[in-house]
Amino acid sequence: MLAKRIIPCLDVRGGKVVKGVQFKNHEIVGDIVPLAARYAEEGADELVFYDITASVDARTVDKSWVSRVAEQLDIPFCVAGGIKTVDDAAQILADGADKISINSPALADPNLINRLNDRFGRQCVVVGIDSWFDADSGHYRVKQYTGCESSIQEAGWHTEDWVEEVQHRGAGEIVLNVMNQDGVRGGYDISQLAMIRKRCSVPLIASGGAGTMEHFAEVFKQAEVDGALAASVFHKQIIAIPKLKQYLQQQQVEIRL
Amino acid sequence: MTVIIDTGCANFASVQFALKRLGCNAQISADPATILSADRLILPGVGSAQAAMQKFTERGISELLPQIEQPLLGICLGMQLLGEFSQEGNTALPGLLPVQTERLHANGQPLPHMGWNRIGNFDHPLFSGINHGDYVYFVHSYAVPVGELTIAQSNYGQPFSAAIGRDNLLGVQFHPERSSAVGARILKNFLEISL
Repeated sequence: MLAKRIIPCLDVRGGKVVKGVQFKNHEIVGDIVPLAARYAEEGADELVFYDITASVDARTVDKSWVSRVAEQLDIPFCVAGGIKTVDDAAQILADGADKISINSPALADPNLINRLNDRFGRQCVVVGIDSWFDADSGHYRVKQYTGCESSIQEAGWHTEDWVEEVQHRGAGEIVLNVMNQDGVRGGYDISQLAMIRKRCSVPLIASGGAGTMEHFAEVFKQAEVDGALAASVFHKQIIAIPKLKQYLQQQQVEIRL
Repeated sequence: MTVIIDTGCANFASVQFALKRLGCNAQISADPATILSADRLILPGVGSAQAAMQKFTERGISELLPQIEQPLLGICLGMQLLGEFSQEGNTALPGLLPVQTERLHANGQPLPHMGWNRIGNFDHPLFSGINHGDYVYFVHSYAVPVGELTIAQSNYGQPFSAAIGRDNLLGVQFHPERSSAVGARILKNFLEISL
């Protein structure tokens, strides 16, 4: 059986790993390569590196660290942030990343998903979606340019429609960041993830809100996601990955120990 | 000398780094003389079967492959390319091994089959020191069904070949270079194997 994946997310800014609360007030948590190596050692199933300022600053990720990570790491990793062209992606994959993830550039130019799929195959193409629950209308809405507070915009899509669109265009995996929950550690948005799961035939990764080990068990069992991504609980050592994986195994979640 | 065949359609860096972690400085090459004089060969591959075959034709790799007598390890698409035919784009392949690649029937589960899955049913020196049920990392939507040349199996909606082999030609559907200590051991076994 395929194991559920535990995916630490390392937000990168200026070559350092940072963490903010609800996408703002970033603080430095460490250097990229040692943190990546530590998580791999502890049993992380995969890592995601987000250059969180890249889309906002209209530049691509600083690529110099990608090959240093690839040299160290013996688990898969994905790079995200400001990848706007097939050439941007080609360089990052050539440097040793396994997947690239696009978010705001896919909203600005949805055909980018098709072009990446044609060139590299579906398995390399991850689409990240920042979804916000709009309590007034009762709809889940997609946001873009979420790297800093002042730049956030409505993308003009209901989340479920965008999820279907990106799969149709060739996304091989979807990471759903539930922004209301991000960094506040109150649990994943199970009802939203379960709703999206029904519309998602590619792997679905939950992101945003993990605070306790129970939150991980809930999201795997109730929303049936393929992986759970989290940042602060790992960076701040609130949850240790080996303990989390033992706990999930006790909860009858298929997990790689 | 271990040579990674430069197919023009693969992620070489991660394979090269994985070998380097094992103390093996592999060379990446598309040069026929270099490839045919190597001690061991690795055939990586990502992307689609059609795109890969186009590159193979451009680079003369299809004609080169039948001359290879040294141990060769195909990885992921590189394994599938050892076969005769792939359903992916209905593509004719070089046919070094009598196997065919079909779309995975995942039984309603998400595709691509992406992540860590168990391998088992093996009895081949490539898996020396590996336990039945150990996890390795897969990313694919097409697979070789279980058959005579299957040397390890996995299961995702259906059983499929996690590895195939005959004589000097071996292939793994998963990515040993991204499969942590288990994958490193499998690569080490390949570097030490005599076939």
